[in-house]
Amino acid sequence: MMSRILIAIFLLSTASFFAEKIHVGKHHKIKCIKTALTHCKNGDSIIVEAGIYQEGNLVIDHSISLIGENLPVLDGQKKFEVLSIKACNVLVKGFKIQHSGFATLNDPCGIKVYDSQHVTIIQNVLDDNFFGIYLQYCKKCLIKDNRIVAYGEAEQQIGNGIHCWKSDSLVIEGNEVSGHRDGIYFEFVTNSVIWRNRSAKNIRYGLHFMFSNNDAYISNVFKNNGAGVAVMFTQKVKMFNNRFEENWGDAAYGLMLKEISDSYIVGNTFKRNTTGIYMEGTNRIKLEKNTFELNGWAMKIQASCMDNEITANNFLSNTFDVSTNGSLVLNSFNANYWDKYEGYDLNKDAIGDVPYHPLSLFSVIVEKNPPAMLLFRSFMVSLLDKSEKIIPSLTPDNFIDHLPLMKALNL
Amino acid sequence: MIEINNLHKQFGKLKALNGINLSLNQGECIALIGPNGCGKTTLIKSILGMVIPTKGSIKVNGFNIEKTNLYREQIGYMPQIGRYPDNMTIGQIIEMMKEIRSTKRLPDEALMNKFLLPGMLQQRMHALSGGTTQKVSASLAFLFDPAIFILDEPTAGLDPLAAETLKEKIIEEKEKGKLILITSHLLSELDDLITQIIFMQEGNVLFHLSVVELLQSTGEIKISKAISNILKNTKS
Amino acid sequence: MNRIVKFVILDILRNKIVLFYTLILAVLSWSVFNLEDNSTKGILSLLNVILLTVPLVSVIFSCIYLYNSAEFIELMLSQPIKRTKIWFCLFIGLVFSFVLSFVIGAGLPLLVYAPFDVGLIMILVGVFITAIFVALAFLSSVFTRDKAKGIGIAIMLWLFFALLFDGMVLFLLFQFSDYPIEKLMVVLSALNPIDLSRILILMHLDVSAMMGYTGAIFKHFFGTNLAISIVFVILLLWTIVPFLISLIKFKRRDL
Repeated sequence: MMSRILIAIFLLSTASFFAEKIHVGKHHKIKCIKTALTHCKNGDSIIVEAGIYQEGNLVIDHSISLIGENLPVLDGQKKFEVLSIKACNVLVKGFKIQHSGFATLNDPCGIKVYDSQHVTIIQNVLDDNFFGIYLQYCKKCLIKDNRIVAYGEAEQQIGNGIHCWKSDSLVIEGNEVSGHRDGIYFEFVTNSVIWRNRSAKNIRYGLHFMFSNNDAYISNVFKNNGAGVAVMFTQKVKMFNNRFEENWGDAAYGLMLKEISDSYIVGNTFKRNTTGIYMEGTNRIKLEKNTFELNGWAMKIQASCMDNEITANNFLSNTFDVSTNGSLVLNSFNANYWDKYEGYDLNKDAIGDVPYHPLSLFSVIVEKNPPAMLLFRSFMVSLLDKSEKIIPSLTPDNFIDHLPLMKALNL
Repeated sequence: MIEINNLHKQFGKLKALNGINLSLNQGECIALIGPNGCGKTTLIKSILGMVIPTKGSIKVNGFNIEKTNLYREQIGYMPQIGRYPDNMTIGQIIEMMKEIRSTKRLPDEALMNKFLLPGMLQQRMHALSGGTTQKVSASLAFLFDPAIFILDEPTAGLDPLAAETLKEKIIEEKEKGKLILITSHLLSELDDLITQIIFMQEGNVLFHLSVVELLQSTGEIKISKAISNILKNTKS
Repeated sequence: MNRIVKFVILDILRNKIVLFYTLILAVLSWSVFNLEDNSTKGILSLLNVILLTVPLVSVIFSCIYLYNSAEFIELMLSQPIKRTKIWFCLFIGLVFSFVLSFVIGAGLPLLVYAPFDVGLIMILVGVFITAIFVALAFLSSVFTRDKAKGIGIAIMLWLFFALLFDGMVLFLLFQFSDYPIEKLMVVLSALNPIDLSRILILMHLDVSAMMGYTGAIFKHFFGTNLAISIVFVILLLWTIVPFLISLIKFKRRDL
């Protein structure tokens, strides 16, 4: 082990010892990046000055740094995959990469990384590409501070912003993605962190992941995406301090959980979504200290969910706080703040003395019969809800918060 | 002045008027009498256009009343129980009436003055006694110097003094050659006013006679006696 | 004509009930906006006031007023005035007074606190609801001479439109839940001015977006400018038709 490390250090130092800086640009001997790429060796840096470079597909197959000065433009002329990375220890920084090819079969990208490790892609602008940044079979890569913009109109005609497939230990940090199909897409990606990204106005999902265990999603903003965020078939997910906002529409959710288990959803904000969280086949999840505000439905919990703990959340100004499609309740609600709670607190322990039933009769009716929404806010519906609150008969009576808080939590 | 031709009125199953034919002329003071429910009020209301006849026609000054409402300018009507918008004052009611009529002639405020209404113009209608309300009704009926007066139980509710004042006014108008139609059940009060009597019973006109004819044919001196005399005769 | 209307209005405005109504509306509206932390919530609370209180007061007070004015109407009829004119003047007078109350009581706070377009739509809706229920009062009073019966009919009409109609809609929804009846529901809602107004206003608040799929369908129907015009035309019809029926009845009525 020790000797290996020594060899590695030796190799790295020799590499850096012999490393060259290769300048590319109008004012230099080498005019094209392609030339530089064919003549470089491991450890070199290629410095590209500002300008427009239309060189078809550029392939990096050495461990080099490709650095743009003053945002040089790499243009794929709508025909090529702009930049392909097929080596480890590569740095790509400071480029504007635009107009990749357009196809639905071979998924052309702005930047595609093939089977590599330790690839760093930072501070680039990706404009109008089919896929933005595409990683497959990668490990320990960093995608940071990129701006990824596309102008897709239909789901089938555009790829994802950051697309990761069968990878491990990635860090996706501080990127901005908009106008793609899915902002960030993970499939079979493990042990990765998605941190401080902003994914907005994408056609389908702001974030979409499947079969990606042990990942963490922290402090991201998912706003105004076609269908919000979808999380499916995954275990041990941690979602902390994210914001899910303004995901409005027919089948739009702030966060859709499908077949998720053993996960934590803590400290997130769900604001102005048609549905804040939609849960289906979701088990053993802890939902804590989240804020649900101004949503149509704060939570829709399908009957296929069990053993979820919903604790210490704020429910504010939602049309409906909770709805469900069944009568079986296997989830627990405790110590949440519900702004619709009308109970009292005689012993002044900040906990309401009467339990709260978050499921309103009207939400049950609407779940069974969506057009009943027409009667929303009518006198009759308020009357029904009030009478149901007093004498619950149609809503499951164990759908209950025994310790409703009197004041909203300061989250 | 008023021609009534084969007038029928039916309220549901009840026949209120059953083929009335009458001709009422200028210069007469006519008492319309009869037992309760004989159709007096229905007849008056028909003339005023408040009740729509089932069959038959009424002409006032030659105009068919179904076609026009202007004939009502010729009529001064005093209802049995006058009720007015609660919150209006006497002054406002009178002003409103003047406004509606918009005649160019000067209003005849003689009766109003005699009833001392000008001093009460600020009083609201709901605060008035029944008698004062009747005074207002009477004053309104006489205000526009119409050619025809229809007075429904005019003296009921008035104090004797006011009733006397009203009677004097009626006589005065009669002498001007106007047609006056009065319904009343207290005949004695009217003795010195009336020139003709119409007696109605069960929707029919039993008789329509001048007072002179009536007294002559029965040989009585008092009108009430004469009428009961006739009624007895018709029964037997 | 103007004179009669003027006198009717003066008479109604002097009535303490109307003053009280204005005051209640004002207190409710101002407090609703001051107590709720955001104006949308205030608007929603006020929506209930407009859709319940306004029709109830309009229909009952108008009905009582009409019965109490029977002798006044009689007096007017003995004057050279057309029947239609009298009836029309009463209608205009009542509608004007209640609209005035409503605009002063609820309209001002709406203009102050609500977004301008929503506030304007709500005021317009309130004005129409007032006119419609005054017209319904005319209709119920012309059908029976009995004051108690007439007021009973008026209350029943209010109860029907405020509550029973929605119950029937809910019943139908469950009866026909297997069919795509969203569009039918939209048509059905046109049969109830209160429902129509409520949906129109909800569609112009942000909450519409929270109503999911059906919300989207309703938004599609009610959200456009054309739809607003159609809704107001329907509300206008709801005002005119009952009044016209009552007018025809009144023309042939014995007093």
